[in-house]
Amino acid sequence: MKTNRYTIFTDIRRNKAAYAMLIPAALYTFIFGYCTIPYMVIAFQKFSYRKGIFGSDWVGVDNFRFFFGSQDAWRIIGNTLKLNLLFIFFTILAAVALAIMINEIRCRYFKKVAQSTYLLPYFLSWVIVNYILYGIIGSKYGLLNRVIEFFGGTAINFYNAPGYWTAILVVAKVWKDLGMNMVIYLATLVGFDDELYDAAAVSGATRWQMCWKITLPMLMPTVIMLGILSIGKVFYGDFGMIYALVGDNGVLYNATDVIDTYVFRLLRSTGNPSQAMAIGLFQAIMGFLCVWGTNYIAKKKFEEGALF
Amino acid sequence: MGVAARKVTFGKVLLYLFTTLAAAFCLLPLLLMVIVSFTSEQAIVRNGYSFFPAELSLDAYRTLFENGAEVARCYLNSVGITAVGTVLAVIVTSMASYSLVNPSVRYRNGIAMYFFVTMVFNGGMVPWYMICTKVGLTENYFALLIPNLVFSPFNLFLVRNYMREIPLSLMESAKLDGANDGQIAFRIYFPLCKPILATVGLFYGIAYWNDWWNSIMLVSNSNMYTIQYYLMKLKSDLNFMRNLQGGGIGGGFPPTESLQMATAVVTIGPLILLYPFLQRYIVKGLVIGGVKG
Repeated sequence: MKTNRYTIFTDIRRNKAAYAMLIPAALYTFIFGYCTIPYMVIAFQKFSYRKGIFGSDWVGVDNFRFFFGSQDAWRIIGNTLKLNLLFIFFTILAAVALAIMINEIRCRYFKKVAQSTYLLPYFLSWVIVNYILYGIIGSKYGLLNRVIEFFGGTAINFYNAPGYWTAILVVAKVWKDLGMNMVIYLATLVGFDDELYDAAAVSGATRWQMCWKITLPMLMPTVIMLGILSIGKVFYGDFGMIYALVGDNGVLYNATDVIDTYVFRLLRSTGNPSQAMAIGLFQAIMGFLCVWGTNYIAKKKFEEGALF
Repeated sequence: MGVAARKVTFGKVLLYLFTTLAAAFCLLPLLLMVIVSFTSEQAIVRNGYSFFPAELSLDAYRTLFENGAEVARCYLNSVGITAVGTVLAVIVTSMASYSLVNPSVRYRNGIAMYFFVTMVFNGGMVPWYMICTKVGLTENYFALLIPNLVFSPFNLFLVRNYMREIPLSLMESAKLDGANDGQIAFRIYFPLCKPILATVGLFYGIAYWNDWWNSIMLVSNSNMYTIQYYLMKLKSDLNFMRNLQGGGIGGGFPPTESLQMATAVVTIGPLILLYPFLQRYIVKGLVIGGVKG
């Protein structure tokens, strides 16, 4: 009996067309995904563009020592974690509450219109959100300052006051992501069995009790699963959001600077990719550990929730 | 619960109150932007931004259409890149998805893993930038078209999950009739996947339309700016000027407040026009494709 080993090459030979169709996506993933990994060694070098990754001088962990020895390190790591956890908490809270409320409403037309309204901000870019934000909190013409003045207060120059920005960013995030999250929870809610509610109604439960005793507990697995998924990404700051809203306004960095904006600045301004890479490597490892860890928990708690 | 549900109760009033307030919270900021774009500049200077402007005016839009050559160019760049990119991205994604559900590809799960790994672990911004410069993706339209945008594993898994629901007997009988994988994919599978391809296409389309990351990192020629990057730069240049306390830089007057808002409104125009589709397909796609991805 002759056995030919079935390898990936056999597979390719037998499915030429199928593999050909994989090429663009595979190539893209190889170049922009796998090829980035060897570059991580420059975190241990004094990288020079002229000498490349093979020729640059090795400096051991100097780049890490430099970063963790600076005050910046704890500020940006702290900001990243703090902002992300606040984003997750408030988005989930608002979205779950809203999904339950919308689910209780019987008027289909109202439901539909409300849902469309909640979802609208999700499609805007953060650049546009910045224009809107400026319209609200801008110091000269902003709506909020007009209101403050109307009630006899003095206008606040928000773009000069870092103290407000944690709250501003959280509100902006909830504003933009509320609708999408709500839609996901609502989709889960709609799938629940009506019989349970009927049975509860027969035994005299109020809608309010049903909310607490049926809807919320049944929604919990989805909430926890999505929460876990976002906690896996807790080391990745939302660059698109924060750079679009704050830009290069150094006054606000204390409250708003996250790992990603810091790395971006380091890469652009100092032209020292090694330091930027050291931070990036730290982030990649922590990020991976988080994803792996949260996935492990998800797998243990509910088998369907696991990502891999 | 039929009878009970008809009664107007305190709880019900609260319910409608809260959901309406939430809707206002989502909608009013956008509305403010639109109203400001229709407000006359004098009214803004006098009273600031307001929902009830003292004086309405179309000046901002008139200026935009008469003197907006730069805006128009950036806008056209965005339209072109979004159109080409979305088509490209959908083709790349759907072709790969087909191979991932094709049972004769025995390594399909390994290949899915190959796509998944870089989603959770990659070198990030610094190597990404170096690779882009190395492969020549700077200062040209490909730089705006390819990096980050043309393929997303998340969308790949969304399409794959949908394709899994298509009965395999369809593929098998087509193969017996002598069709090859390319024909089966393009003639049978993709037409059957229209709903999810619409969803994924909209995801890609929005990502292209809203992107400024590739512009900021890879392009410095202002002829190639996309509209989002133009808006971003406009704001930061204005802030810069303001910090210089009116120190004159560059030629011409800075755009008025209403003109800025009008440009932003025009930028979200296509999204608003497409909104009914966006909403329908994205909600549907997420429900069908499964949040689990």
